[in-house]
Amino acid sequence: MAKSTPEIPNASMADIAFLLLTFFLVTTTMPNDKGLSMQLPPPPEAQPPEDVKIPERNMFKIQVNSSDALLVEGEPMNDVSGLKDMIKKFILNNGVDPKSSDSPEKAIVSLKTDRGTTHKRFVEILDIAQAAYYDIYADQAGVTNEEFRKIASDLNNPENQRLYNKGREGIPMAISIAEPTKAGN
Amino acid sequence: MLLFFFMVTTELRKTAVDVMQRIPQATQLRKLQRKSLVTNLYIGEPKKSDQFGTEPKIQAEDVFIEPNDIILWVNREKDKLPENEREQLTVAMKVDSEAKRGIIADVETQLRKANARKILYSTLQKSDKR
Repeated sequence: MAKSTPEIPNASMADIAFLLLTFFLVTTTMPNDKGLSMQLPPPPEAQPPEDVKIPERNMFKIQVNSSDALLVEGEPMNDVSGLKDMIKKFILNNGVDPKSSDSPEKAIVSLKTDRGTTHKRFVEILDIAQAAYYDIYADQAGVTNEEFRKIASDLNNPENQRLYNKGREGIPMAISIAEPTKAGN
Repeated sequence: MLLFFFMVTTELRKTAVDVMQRIPQATQLRKLQRKSLVTNLYIGEPKKSDQFGTEPKIQAEDVFIEPNDIILWVNREKDKLPENEREQLTVAMKVDSEAKRGIIADVETQLRKANARKILYSTLQKSDKR
């Protein structure tokens, strides 16, 4: 007597698979969970309105106006390719040049924008400023920039924690983002 | 094979984004550590400009909100997390390239007041060499 176990028809298998494939293509998205991470300062009212005087030499001023033009330390700048090295030099000055920072701990990179500055320009400049810091950290920890950022994203591993602390030792990431001025909104 | 690839690497759309999302590019990207601690905020020009105008708007989940509503929204997001992790809430800001700093600064001020101070500007990897 022949076996009576019913068989699944497999001619339509490919059709079903393609249907499912199109379904997933249409309804799903690639998750994008990468970006420039930042820590905002504490709430405005929690801070006493103290007037801390920061010496001019410890501030690296970057200003962007509402037409996305750049002013670095009072000088207009058109080409941003040299900006990263300028920031790195400023942070690691250690009091050598009397016009530049006292020490990496005191150095502050100040980024001031207008309300009319586009987000694209802002991200570009913030990216450069963070690149300068990550380069310095990576040098201190003895890894590449990319490796350092990977380490910073996974601090549960004690070895990563060690490298991270080594990289950041004595150099806080001081990128100050000032309240935008009210022009060109 | 393709089917499995898509099933594994993609995720279902939770919200329909109603604002323009031309995400800017950058080089110094950091990956988010834990997905569960992340909440998204979309900022940009509305796609239906005849209905909502061309001024950039803030979208949280499925609705447009005003900067003043952000504190409330953050607190609601925090309530979804277990108590010991509430301070680690990260706000991923998906901001359109052409949006202005003004509206983003308003959002940041509100986030500071709401004590959600970890933020991430969502960007794509710049493809050319540094």
